[in-house]
Amino acid sequence: MGDDGKLQLYIPAPTTRPGDRPDFSHIHIPPAGLVARPEPLTDHDAMRELPFQLVRVLDDSGAAVGPWAPEIAPETLLAGLRAMLLTRVFDERLFRAQRQGKTSFYMKSTGEEAIAVAQALVAGAGDMSFPTYRYLGWLMARNYPLDALVNQIFSNAKDPLQGRQLPILYSAREYGFYSLSGNLGSRYGHAVGWAMASAYRGDDKIAIGHVGDGTTAEGDFHEALTFASVYRAPVILCVTNNQWAISSFSGLAGADSTTFASKAIGYGLPGLLVDGNDFLAVWAATQWAAERARRNGGATLIEFFTYRASGHSTSDDPSKYRPVDEAEHWPLGDPIERLRQHLNLTGHWDDARHEALLAELDQTVREAVKQGEAIGTLGHGKPHLGEMFEGVFKEPDWRILEQRRELGI
Amino acid sequence: MAEMSMIQALNDALDVMLTRDPDVLIFGEDVGYFGGVFRVTDNLQARHGVTRCFDTPISEGGIVATAIGMGAYGLRPVVEIQFADYILPAFDQLVSEAARLRYRSNGDFWAPITVRSPYGGGIFGGQTHSQSPEALFAHVTGLKTVIPSNPYDAKGLLIASIECDDPVIFLEPKRIYNGPFDGHHDQQLKSWAGHPAAEVPEGYYSVPLGKAATLREGREVTVLAYGTMVHVAQAAIAETGIDAELIDLRSIVPLDIEAITESVRKTGRCLIVHEASRFAGFGAELSALVQERCFYHLKSPIERLGGWDTPYPHAFEWDYFPGPARVAKALRRCMEEPA
Repeated sequence: MGDDGKLQLYIPAPTTRPGDRPDFSHIHIPPAGLVARPEPLTDHDAMRELPFQLVRVLDDSGAAVGPWAPEIAPETLLAGLRAMLLTRVFDERLFRAQRQGKTSFYMKSTGEEAIAVAQALVAGAGDMSFPTYRYLGWLMARNYPLDALVNQIFSNAKDPLQGRQLPILYSAREYGFYSLSGNLGSRYGHAVGWAMASAYRGDDKIAIGHVGDGTTAEGDFHEALTFASVYRAPVILCVTNNQWAISSFSGLAGADSTTFASKAIGYGLPGLLVDGNDFLAVWAATQWAAERARRNGGATLIEFFTYRASGHSTSDDPSKYRPVDEAEHWPLGDPIERLRQHLNLTGHWDDARHEALLAELDQTVREAVKQGEAIGTLGHGKPHLGEMFEGVFKEPDWRILEQRRELGI
Repeated sequence: MAEMSMIQALNDALDVMLTRDPDVLIFGEDVGYFGGVFRVTDNLQARHGVTRCFDTPISEGGIVATAIGMGAYGLRPVVEIQFADYILPAFDQLVSEAARLRYRSNGDFWAPITVRSPYGGGIFGGQTHSQSPEALFAHVTGLKTVIPSNPYDAKGLLIASIECDDPVIFLEPKRIYNGPFDGHHDQQLKSWAGHPAAEVPEGYYSVPLGKAATLREGREVTVLAYGTMVHVAQAAIAETGIDAELIDLRSIVPLDIEAITESVRKTGRCLIVHEASRFAGFGAELSALVQERCFYHLKSPIERLGGWDTPYPHAFEWDYFPGPARVAKALRRCMEEPA
């Protein structure tokens, strides 16, 4: 900042670029267990410090500490670990499938698995998530069939979406997973509307909406927060701050100036800042916000602080815009390793079982991919061509019927 | 039967549907306590309660996004965008979400929403209260676009739109809310009183989407119109004495292609009129369809009349608006013999 009488246009930039040593010294990581946990119906005005305090439960030794430490049955934690691992194994395998030409596109959730998996396990069966494309863990935690995922990714005859949608943009109503789209943020307001509908009917279901850090700059984000606040909608609005939006660092969405969680203050909502690589913290924060929502306390904004350990998608090379080894230096570690460490520490898990589970999941994924390949990969074994014309409207009009005939179907 | 203006008929449709179906609810800017800037939702909040008809923030994108989420849950929201000129902040929601939800999710989710919006000129509203954006929606696969021209249709089409499981853009020609304006802005205004289409049945009925109405049978030329232009065309036909067949499309998606082709094949001539500016307007699609399907029946070139290709100009409202004199001129051009 100069004061020579001339204005200067400020363009933000990340602290490091390719070739630099990764540097996260600007990120302050407090010890686990320090942040107070208010009663969920506390007035938002009395919680204005929360969006600036990182809620962490797992300490460096893997112990669950502090007031946010949730009571979770060991078998649920093991189910969470399994779903996170399955997500990672599946991502690795299907990313490679894209490289082998079996599909057009893929996106991995690597480093962010705890968020979707913990939320899937803590949310009610009737609740609806409005996911981002790094939310596969929800489906894994809820035992969505792997075959159906693979078939969707391969756009083959058994694709549940019948070849109409880009790979990984799933829809699974019965599993509480709303239809994904490649437009960012445009379902955030749907989560609010869905939650308002539940309240309108006097039901007990809540919605969980998701965007990434970059999408907080979209109007949809602010519109949804306004409606959520005005109508006290039973919704949890989440921001996964994984530091990167393709090649744009989170500072381009305003992260250099404040936390994303703190945006809640302007809307008169509680905001939680949560270690997104800490399965127990994600669980605890979601549970807190869900309780508040279900008791008519309205919406909560949660920022999950994490790191996108993979590239954006199969279409970019992150080494072109950030240090290639940045992920290894992320100060909050890896979500799978941290839950594994916790389970090891509490005596519910060990390395031998972990290796055995990995091998089992690898085999399971291989088999799912194999069945998908047998049906067809991109461009082969496609759904019936007539599917192209289905579902435009509930009933086709004459245009659709004429065009079908033109194609001879 | 009761005699109603279009506003009363629309209000009645909403009242009927709020009473019939607990999943129907209404929201939008100023629609609740106040009853809407054009009074279409007058008294509905008092009669049905605040959760059935309520006010929203000034956020068209937020209104439509909320409606889609509610629709996905299983409700049938009817939202008002105060002027069609303000619908553009919601365009992404309509195009990328409402129109695509059923298709991309293979029927897992859909958006049975109705988006009502007053549109069109003739009220000295300048360029932000006068536009006719129907072609923008007609081009979007997955949306239906409905435009009534009288109280009877307004009620029946709105009920059909609310019951429709696809998203419907329901454009209300605000110039004819209170009377069948025929474009003669310098003459005394008529109310709906005494007009046959102002006789509106009480209670429930619907007018199917995709069925045009032949308002006047004729042998010499087919006139395709919708909204306010139906009445302008009617006046021009009467003034020229040309034996025209007047078709009120009532919905442009779905489009009653059979009624159009049957009529043009009979008359051999076609005039298309709309308020929206002409270039790439919905008339372009109509013209193309008529040419493709009726070419060998045509005796003269298809005429296409619209607003000029300028933004809607405040002081020049009646120079811009395709009034009866311009429609009459176009009708006469249709009838000209080749030189």
